[in-house]
Amino acid sequence: MWERVTEMKSSMLSHRKISRRRISPRRWLQAAALAVAVIVFMGAGDDSARFKDLGHRMMCTCGCGQVLLECNHVGCQSSDKMRNQLQAALDKGNNDDLILQGFVQEYGPTVIAAPTATGFNRVAWIMPFVALALGITFVIYVVRSWKNRPAPALADGITIPRGNEHDLDEFRQRARKETDL
Amino acid sequence: MSQIGSFALLLALGLSAYSFLAGFLALFSRDAASARLGETARRAGIATFAAVLLAGIVLVVAAFNDDFSIAYIFHHSNRDLPAAYKFAVLWSGQEGSLLFWSLLLAGYGFVLRLRYKTDQRLFAYASVIIASVQVFFLLILNFAAHPFAIMEGALPADGSGLNPLLQYPEMVIHPPMLYLGYVGFTVPFAFALGALIMKYPGEKWIQITRRWTMVTWCFLTIGVFLGAHWAYAVLGWGGYWGWDPVENASLMPWLTGTAFLHSVMMQEKRGMLKVWNMALIFATFLLSMLGTFLTRSGVISSVHAFAQSSIGTWFLVFIALTLAVCTFFLVANRSHLKSEHKLESLVSRESSFLFNNLLLLVVCFTILWGTFFPILSEFVQGHKVTVGPPFFNRVAVPVALLLLLLTAVGPLLAWRKTSVESLKRNFLFPAIGALAIGGMMILFGVRPWEDPSFFYATMAAVLSALVIFTVISEFLRGGRVIAGKSQQNLLAAMVHLCHRNTRRYGGYIVHFGVALVVIGILGTPFNKEVEKEMGFGDKISIGPYTLVCQSYTQDDNPNYANEWAIINVFRGGKQITTMYPERRFYKASGQPQTLPRIYPSFREDFFLVSDVYLVYEGKNETTGRPIIKAHLNPLVPWIWIGLMIMVFGTIVALVPNAAAVQVAATTPVRTPAHVGAGD
Repeated sequence: MWERVTEMKSSMLSHRKISRRRISPRRWLQAAALAVAVIVFMGAGDDSARFKDLGHRMMCTCGCGQVLLECNHVGCQSSDKMRNQLQAALDKGNNDDLILQGFVQEYGPTVIAAPTATGFNRVAWIMPFVALALGITFVIYVVRSWKNRPAPALADGITIPRGNEHDLDEFRQRARKETDL
Repeated sequence: MSQIGSFALLLALGLSAYSFLAGFLALFSRDAASARLGETARRAGIATFAAVLLAGIVLVVAAFNDDFSIAYIFHHSNRDLPAAYKFAVLWSGQEGSLLFWSLLLAGYGFVLRLRYKTDQRLFAYASVIIASVQVFFLLILNFAAHPFAIMEGALPADGSGLNPLLQYPEMVIHPPMLYLGYVGFTVPFAFALGALIMKYPGEKWIQITRRWTMVTWCFLTIGVFLGAHWAYAVLGWGGYWGWDPVENASLMPWLTGTAFLHSVMMQEKRGMLKVWNMALIFATFLLSMLGTFLTRSGVISSVHAFAQSSIGTWFLVFIALTLAVCTFFLVANRSHLKSEHKLESLVSRESSFLFNNLLLLVVCFTILWGTFFPILSEFVQGHKVTVGPPFFNRVAVPVALLLLLLTAVGPLLAWRKTSVESLKRNFLFPAIGALAIGGMMILFGVRPWEDPSFFYATMAAVLSALVIFTVISEFLRGGRVIAGKSQQNLLAAMVHLCHRNTRRYGGYIVHFGVALVVIGILGTPFNKEVEKEMGFGDKISIGPYTLVCQSYTQDDNPNYANEWAIINVFRGGKQITTMYPERRFYKASGQPQTLPRIYPSFREDFFLVSDVYLVYEGKNETTGRPIIKAHLNPLVPWIWIGLMIMVFGTIVALVPNAAAVQVAATTPVRTPAHVGAGD
């Protein structure tokens, strides 16, 4: 009987090992990264979608501080002109980078609504995630150090007596204080 | 008029300076003479409020009397300005808003000094710190941004008028709410710094300031959301949040204040995070000041900013000085802030609070970083770059989603330790419900894999549903236990439950409101817009709605001339409303302004409500016909409903707890399966 149980256990363990061998965690990670990349980099190809996308990646230069396609500044000359330029560039068949470069040349780097992923501008994108990573590391360090902190020890000769109703009430009060939000 | 105002401001400066100096000296000794000196300082602080109030009243009266001899009134008012906006002149410009800030601070100080008997020593420290902040503002008002400065030259017949963007009913309440929030954080800051300096024993300072902090946080929340609503209802671009530096400035102290409200519970319950809480409240106060600096220094361009002036330097010096003082005492007295308890498990409410604080601060850092990166870029690269909505949406939104997950999970974790069994039991139904919502979205055609914004929207919907279901399940679980003990019906039992622990269940209601706000935001990727020149009978189709131009016309009144279109809105062939998008031309300022009209479709589709949002963009000069831009913004009304629920939750949390349900000792009570992790 005992042998059968052991046999079953080892069979189950070997089955688990086989399962793990089939799809390793690394594979899972690769698949997840691929899925995220597909989601992030998937873009619509038609011109109206590109117009919307590019128009939301640039700022209106009239000083309203709005994204190009969201500027409705009364009588704004800049946004109309820029929209027409964008549409013309799309009609010409220029790619996104070329279109954005054209706008930067004409209006300066501030026309792009977010820092580009080049040179020093990369720092803008990296820093929040560095802060998150550092923060998580710090919190884990704090949690671990608190967990490893020794419980306050009782002085020699002190024993904890079995409490009477009055003592228990006191403990109840303390427990309520600690457990209520 | 201006002399009275100027005198009142000088008097206020003298009184607050006395309150600071005498109060400061009185802290060094505990003898009878010091006590008397301290009492005079307290009374001077109270009198400061009277003097600043007098200055405020004088400015408002001057606005109502069209006293254009005062430069501030000339620049921000005109004879035909409606009365409500004349009242709002007080906070419409640089100098007036600083006076308003000072008035609110004096008001908070007044209340604090009246309640000094709660703990005379701690209140004396807090009073001195508040007086120091008051002195700073009154110095600016008297010497750098004087609201009663006299116009030079001939007296003008009429004023320049109020900025048209500010001539909207919300502007009468949005700035006061925001300022009540900004200024209010001075009170917990003062108590925290006072407690640190005097090495105040225990957590009593937190209990004293708990209500102050919650009220302040509530005001700031209302202020931030009213600002968003104002942008939505006035700026006419169909959105409510543009990640403008000034919007960001209001969000940063809100985020650290929210972190403080959570982490302070760790100190109250477990004696932990003492240094952290100090740092958080210091950061919140400093970020409030930084927001004021950003709005007024001209260092960062923003549509909301006041005119550029030299007072930015004053603020920088004050911020640097405050930071130095706080850091010094935090380091010098750090031994006083040693935490007492140990952490028993990673799966506990303590850990969830730590991660909640981390995420809130990472969002805050991201916003701060994005706001100041253009300056850094100019310093390093020699040219500015724009850090606009695409940056913030891409970086802050994923972190905010993690935060939403913690909002759902955190309250179900018990203090000290939570078993996996209990987690499973508490999460099973909310998780199934949330996943079902995600499944339904996909069934109804949302494709999260097609676009990152759809992915984020689906995640936000699932996580918001998780928050809502966990809150409901917590109420139901607790309500059933009370109902079982007290023989009440479930609803009455839930009200009773809420009343027994108002802070906890008020907090849950706030979380519920936050989830609704997120639901309102997640509709953004599904927005639609159409722009068209509309003649009589012309139509625009947008979503299920057909907009028909019935007519367009114009009007004139002393304050402004306007033109507007009359648009009938149809759905399924039936007319549901008529809307009047409008464009005004303000005579005194000579500035035009569009006024969008918004129709929330609650009657047609309650849960999936959309805003029909119409903007009169202008007129085609050739044809004379109006150009109308129509937006269909799904779910946006939930944002404002979410705000109301958040405010309601905060009010509930402010109500004192009722006594627990008494159960006779002889009555056999069946132990419930589980009464929520926190009980």
